[in-house]
Amino acid sequence: METLSFVLHNLPAIGERTLEHISIVGVAVGIAILTGVPIGIAITQSQRIADTVLYIGSIVITIPSIALFGVLIPILSKIGHGIGWLPAVIAAMLYAQLPIIRNTYTAIRNVDPALRSAAIGMGMSAVQRLVRVEIPIALPVILAGVRIAVVLNIGVTAIAAYIGAGGLGTFISRGISQTDIRQLITGALSLGLLAIAADYALLRLQRRLTPKGLAVQTE
Amino acid sequence: MIRLQGLSRRYSTARGTVTAVDDVTLEVTDGETCVLLGPSGCGKTTTLRMINRLVLPSSGKIFIAGRDTDGIDPVELRRGIGYVIQQIGLFPNMTVAENIGVVPRLLGWSTARSRRRAEELLALLALEPAQFLDRYPNELSGGQAQRIGVARALAVDPPVLLMDEPFAALDPINREVIQDEFLRMQQTLRKTILFVSHDIDEAVKMADRIAIFRAGRLAQFGPPDELLARPADDFVASFVGRDRTLKRLRLIRVREVMVPAAGGEGVSGPSVSADDDLRRVASLFLEHDVETIRCIDDTGRAIGQVSRAAVAARLGSEVVG
Repeated sequence: METLSFVLHNLPAIGERTLEHISIVGVAVGIAILTGVPIGIAITQSQRIADTVLYIGSIVITIPSIALFGVLIPILSKIGHGIGWLPAVIAAMLYAQLPIIRNTYTAIRNVDPALRSAAIGMGMSAVQRLVRVEIPIALPVILAGVRIAVVLNIGVTAIAAYIGAGGLGTFISRGISQTDIRQLITGALSLGLLAIAADYALLRLQRRLTPKGLAVQTE
Repeated sequence: MIRLQGLSRRYSTARGTVTAVDDVTLEVTDGETCVLLGPSGCGKTTTLRMINRLVLPSSGKIFIAGRDTDGIDPVELRRGIGYVIQQIGLFPNMTVAENIGVVPRLLGWSTARSRRRAEELLALLALEPAQFLDRYPNELSGGQAQRIGVARALAVDPPVLLMDEPFAALDPINREVIQDEFLRMQQTLRKTILFVSHDIDEAVKMADRIAIFRAGRLAQFGPPDELLARPADDFVASFVGRDRTLKRLRLIRVREVMVPAAGGEGVSGPSVSADDDLRRVASLFLEHDVETIRCIDDTGRAIGQVSRAAVAARLGSEVVG
């Protein structure tokens, strides 16, 4: 009951924190897509490079986020951004790389070799093959990677509240330091809802962007 | 015309150099169907894939219409050559119309023009355009998909078609139907076709000439009847099979062995038409204890007869050109 009235009295603040949260996750995942998809495509050319890149990606993702923030603080302090929005975005972007690169790589690699052979045999250039055949077919799996990255980043960004990045994690960090159960529950619930909503929205997007002819197979 | 001249392809492997294709020279004239035939690993597919430069020759030359293909940009070369593969390779993200329109689009055709062309080709392949144009490949049966594969290869009306075991994945009944349709189509299209197969029956049926491969080398190159009648060596003989005489029956028409005779109405017993092949004659000889079979025209009038002796003489002596 107390929590409910807290929520009702703080709706504007919750909305603002939610937008902060979305802005961090959105920018981080946006950059991660712009970098991760091309990297994922590029590494299909060499098994050895692919193994190395994916290995580095899995090391990055195992670093606890609080440790990563710790590392970023002294580095980014040099340009005056040791804490706040920038390190949060950078950390989230790094965590988003692995799911996006790995899914892109796997999806492109799994394109039926007969299709590649047909595409080359019909006179498509490498770029045409990629744009007209391989990426459209890989798209559902790439988007599944994006979904994983978004959900992962909503959690990472919650912790970024501790380095002053704002976002919904602020309610949790304050709730802990002030032993205020209302803020704790507000933060936890809204984070959970945000994650579920984002995942659902991306699932819808994934279905919509799946080429029609592939829909039956991916259902 | 396609001319392969001293064509070889070698691969270096851990156990030394492997020669997949070894000094192959052959010439396919315009409008001819040449079947590259042989057991798996004999180099027939590699040979085919060197023609559209999916595999680069280690040595030797390929000329298409007199032009050395070495000097042509591979991407451009491929757009001018129809290519059909066993796995069909229809793009699942594109409709039938879009699949057929792939090469037209690469060549800058308008959507309307390439759709009209797709309609034309579907009609040619006995598929109702309105029903198929906007379907996706996963909504097609195997036989329908392979017809679309052929239509796609014909989209910009290339003079040359390369077909890599195009019908091998189909069930026998479907395969026969598509082969017949394809033969009928080829009668009007007169494409220059290189057709890879491992099936002697298919080769005899489809080919104007057959090139039999063994371990990368050309074992024999000639019309089907010549291969069947006079295999060059034991390998060819065993590949075409001990029933090679039976296979030849398909290649010979009744009119070639018929002795014309006027009248003869009212005679009973089995009869054949002048356009039947000798398979029908042979099966009638096996069914009925007769020395001759009447040959009749469309109206049922006897126009001649075929005797056992004439068939035997034909099979025993010369070769059908």
